[in-house]
Amino acid sequence: MFVPCGESGPDLSGCTLLLPAVSVGNVGQLAIDLIISTLNMSKIGYFYTDCLVPMVGNNPYATAEENSTELSINTEVYSLPSRKLVALQLRSIFIKYKSSSFCEKLLSWVKSSSFARVIVLSSSHSYQRNDLQLRSTPFRYLLTPCMQDSAQNEIQSLNWQEMEKTPCIPEMSDSDYCVRIPGGGITRTLYQESCSKEIPMAVLLKFVSEGDNIPDALGLVEYLPTPSTLPWKIPSSWKLLFGSGLPPALF
Amino acid sequence: MAATFFGEVVKAPCRAGAEDDEEEEEERRRETPEDREVRRQLARKSLATFHLGSQSAPWTRDTNLRSSCLSLPQCRDYSGTVPSERFLSSTPSGREVRLLRRQTKASLEVALLEKYSCSRFIIAVGNNAVAFLSSFVMNSGVWEEVGCAKLWNEWCRTTDAVHMSPTEAHCVFYHLKSNPSVFLCQCSCYVAEDQQYQWLEKVFGSCPKKNMQVTVLTCRHVTDYKTSESTGSLPSPFLKALKTQNFKDPVCCSLLEQPNIVHDLPAAVLSYCQVWQLPAVLYLCYTDVMKLDLLTAEAFKPVLSSRGLKGLAKNVPQSTEILRKLMTANEVQSNIYT
Repeated sequence: MFVPCGESGPDLSGCTLLLPAVSVGNVGQLAIDLIISTLNMSKIGYFYTDCLVPMVGNNPYATAEENSTELSINTEVYSLPSRKLVALQLRSIFIKYKSSSFCEKLLSWVKSSSFARVIVLSSSHSYQRNDLQLRSTPFRYLLTPCMQDSAQNEIQSLNWQEMEKTPCIPEMSDSDYCVRIPGGGITRTLYQESCSKEIPMAVLLKFVSEGDNIPDALGLVEYLPTPSTLPWKIPSSWKLLFGSGLPPALF
Repeated sequence: MAATFFGEVVKAPCRAGAEDDEEEEEERRRETPEDREVRRQLARKSLATFHLGSQSAPWTRDTNLRSSCLSLPQCRDYSGTVPSERFLSSTPSGREVRLLRRQTKASLEVALLEKYSCSRFIIAVGNNAVAFLSSFVMNSGVWEEVGCAKLWNEWCRTTDAVHMSPTEAHCVFYHLKSNPSVFLCQCSCYVAEDQQYQWLEKVFGSCPKKNMQVTVLTCRHVTDYKTSESTGSLPSPFLKALKTQNFKDPVCCSLLEQPNIVHDLPAAVLSYCQVWQLPAVLYLCYTDVMKLDLLTAEAFKPVLSSRGLKGLAKNVPQSTEILRKLMTANEVQSNIYT
């Protein structure tokens, strides 16, 4: 459930909600970190559920000593009222068999808060691309039917490529075709549920491999329709992503 | 996917954690009736149970593990009202719990801290933190046992969840006889990820008391600490702290710097306190010795001057001696000649 930081809940109606899927390379989560850090979004509350592994740490977007001691938890909501933008950040993985429950709670909150649209940032395994996908841009989008009408012109001007449908059972030649997002975590569930619940949702994803996924995250946020003209600000929490310093005795 | 040296193609672990829902669904569809029965039996073992006794056993007596259950309290929303959605409505059957009085075995519908008034709640997670509180705090006063959590998960060393011996890992709750609003929890068992929220609901309930201060003590291995120096050069053990927004008192050591994070039960407790605006502080001891260790346990000493533990430790030199004896008693005496 959404729990605000203050005494009363902010009015989120008409806002655009950005959220990541916990997916291959954590690209969506890195992208949301970039957006929150660059736009200097303020924390407005928590999306507190029993669906994600608990974790805590100090402020991952700290810029000075004064704001470095604010505690952060695994699911937090940030906002930029001037642009009617809200971002939900997920910082840990789902507890086994709880991902569907999370999707249900999330979409229920989306409906009750009257968000204008939802944008999911995600990724998919690059090794699962077919020949056509290997030869094209690594970025893909998906729109729910009610989003297609409003976003069609914008999509065409941005020259995005829609996620192809692939055989549901890859080895079978007469298999039905459906949208598959291997490595995408809850992306497909969110998309399918939003289609049936008539929620305006856009999914933006990139085909990636595990590794240093910072360039992938930068690529994904630049694929968005210009939320920022500023250079992207790397959050302070991104240091030491690959571990502590090395012992000098090693050399 | 990844190829091994022997030419096998295996599924490489993904940093994103679980793969698509479709793979989990596929696994569930492939289950045979025998698989389902095994899963049901595992779920029964994983029940987290609490027991409240009307007659509490003082700390100085050995306590035997008892089993009972707690019901699931309803969760609350930020306005303080109780919404219709139960926090654990998605819990699979077999993992739901009930609260029972030890003597009458009657059900109680409240969480531990909803039954009792609490001004201070101190929790030790892990053997060194437990040893520290045992020696410095519990031996300085008379503490009565008010509850016990018995739980089983894959990390427990016993396969028998029903007949665990008192010396097995467990989670016990006490209050101070001279000031019953001071609570202490000694948790030397591992509370699994899917049990942590259950634990929170059963201890704190759905109506967190904003005048209650929470102190958490735990240890992590020093290799978990991220720093630009090599962790081998760090003077361990050392203490770091994390506090919630509503915690206004000074802390006894420096705060945990980014990009370091905490998880497991201490993180679950702190998250709960942050969300529901309770003052809480976590003292985390980074050590290179995870088994019971005198230096590690003593590293928590600065916490004795904090408001959460103020007045609870009476004779520090005597407590230090008790801790030393506790360590000696727990050392494995190894002599290949006897």
